[in-house]
Amino acid sequence: MTRRQLVGYFEEDSQVVHALRICRERGLETLDVVSPFPLHGIDEALGLRRTRLPWLTLIGGSVGLALGMALQYWSSASDWPLNVGGKPFNSFPAFVPVAFELTILGAGLCTVFGLLARTGLHPWRRVGPERLRTSDDRIALVVARRDASHDPRELRQVLFECGAVEVVEEELP
Amino acid sequence: MATRIRATTLQVAPAPTLVAPGTRSSDVTRDVCSPLERRPGRMWWIGLLIAGSALLVGVACVAYQIKVGIGTWGLDRTVGWGFDITNFVFWVGIGHAGTLISAVLLLFRQKWRTSINRSAEAMTIFAVICAGLFPVIHMGRPWLAYWVFPYPNGRGPLWVNFRSALLWDVFAIGTYFTISLLFWYIGLIPDLATVRDRARGWRRKLYGWLSLGWTGSARSWSRYEVACALLAALATPLVVSVHSVVSSDFATSVIPGWHANVFPPYFVIGAVFSGFGMVLTLMLVARKVMGYERYITQRHILAMCKVLVFTGSIVGLAYATELFVAWYSGSAYEQFTFANRMRGPLGWGYGIMVGCNVVVPQLLWLSRVRNSLLAVFVISLLVNVGMWFERYVIIVGSLERDFLPSSWSSYVPTPIEFGTLLGSFGLFFTLFLLFCRFLPMISMFEVKTVLAPEHGAEHSREGRA
Repeated sequence: MTRRQLVGYFEEDSQVVHALRICRERGLETLDVVSPFPLHGIDEALGLRRTRLPWLTLIGGSVGLALGMALQYWSSASDWPLNVGGKPFNSFPAFVPVAFELTILGAGLCTVFGLLARTGLHPWRRVGPERLRTSDDRIALVVARRDASHDPRELRQVLFECGAVEVVEEELP
Repeated sequence: MATRIRATTLQVAPAPTLVAPGTRSSDVTRDVCSPLERRPGRMWWIGLLIAGSALLVGVACVAYQIKVGIGTWGLDRTVGWGFDITNFVFWVGIGHAGTLISAVLLLFRQKWRTSINRSAEAMTIFAVICAGLFPVIHMGRPWLAYWVFPYPNGRGPLWVNFRSALLWDVFAIGTYFTISLLFWYIGLIPDLATVRDRARGWRRKLYGWLSLGWTGSARSWSRYEVACALLAALATPLVVSVHSVVSSDFATSVIPGWHANVFPPYFVIGAVFSGFGMVLTLMLVARKVMGYERYITQRHILAMCKVLVFTGSIVGLAYATELFVAWYSGSAYEQFTFANRMRGPLGWGYGIMVGCNVVVPQLLWLSRVRNSLLAVFVISLLVNVGMWFERYVIIVGSLERDFLPSSWSSYVPTPIEFGTLLGSFGLFFTLFLLFCRFLPMISMFEVKTVLAPEHGAEHSREGRA
């Protein structure tokens, strides 16, 4: 079965937010908004859940902290205790800087790779040539078009009335 | 409303704009991408020739030093740290302004950062690369540099000494470089996608690979913004920790002039100060050479001048605190060290340091000075010179005159050391010029967000004036 969708291209972000609301009111299924810069206030309109990425950051930071402390304690006080200037083997205050840096490192790595993994970003990902201007100055609103449930001409009309400069029908395999 | 009225009545001259009025999203894309798409101009080639030559001089000097040994430097048993560690601290410091602009100002939602944060962050990465080279070549046997890492080895295993501030450096600089690089790269992804969408052939393939298949869908943007805020929140304490750890290299020792409680905040603020000096130098050149006057406007330069006056004044306060504590400590060694610093053999260096870091930036209080690009450029260069001398005076000046007069000595840098310093500048500017040529130097997607909402406001401000 082929999925069909209508893509309306806009030039102003305020028009997109407006169009999104109109589409929702009419019971149309809005699939995505593709924009060259982050738009505010559309996450709720699109029904996107807030990302759980901060939890991953917390986990990464905690693992970094635990590993940092464990490595320092084990190597300095347990595996090969060495008397350095008469300091105690478990010189906890001196271990704070390295543990802190490893906390930040763990948290940062988890945030970045979590973002890449959850968003599906990787070097081999292919991007089609059909929406080139959405990385320049156009904002695309993608609306699902279910067969027979909506008149495509009416849908186009709605998008144009909201300020779309171009409406294209896409077919996805 | 009240504040708005007051703002207009108090305004003598119209506030300079963030981006030239009337700039559209498509203009931003075209202006930022076009230097990447055409052949570089003559100025770029001349710059690369000079920077590349300086880099080659550095490579030759380092190769000679590695072959012959550390004896090619002017160090002796009294002065064990000279140009090498001065350059290390200098370059790490330069990097701090980039993180401040990209992370701290992001958290404070300062919109003026958008045009300059990409290049400031690039500057951070290149400066940390330059900094990291110095401790490694200072080891004398750089092929054993991996010994600084705690890895299971056949010598016991004998672990690294986690109580040493020098080891903290390894972790601080390593983390700082990693996080800065990732933060910078994540920031580049949407703009690399823009470059990809304009390109054809092998360039499309290359930038497609680099942009990781970014499309700009709402879901990716929402995650992306959260990730950037998280990284900024991580980078902010990190940047404070890095120069605090660097200052601990000195503060945890017993040498008078190094053994000071004030060092961590003193070094951090000095780092931000010197970094902003370097950002100003680079931005003033870049906007001229790359033709970005539209995006790096008077307003950005004024904002950076304010930061320079503010941090420069704190640096002055730190110098005064040091002198006061030396006098108040009652310790003869401390008092001698600071008397020697001002009037001893390196007194001229102390003069340059106070003159360039404390006195010269105060000229920016005058609106005539801060509105003159040439004057700001000269001041930014002097700040760089002054901050280099600050580290030289602290490191070499304190070591030359330690507790025992019988071990006093005079450090004279050799041509090899001058060549290595020159080489680090060559490396820095070569990397920066390559960055200008192959990556979008201005964060397009962020500049586009300050265009839309401020569009009307900028026009009305124009109207009022």
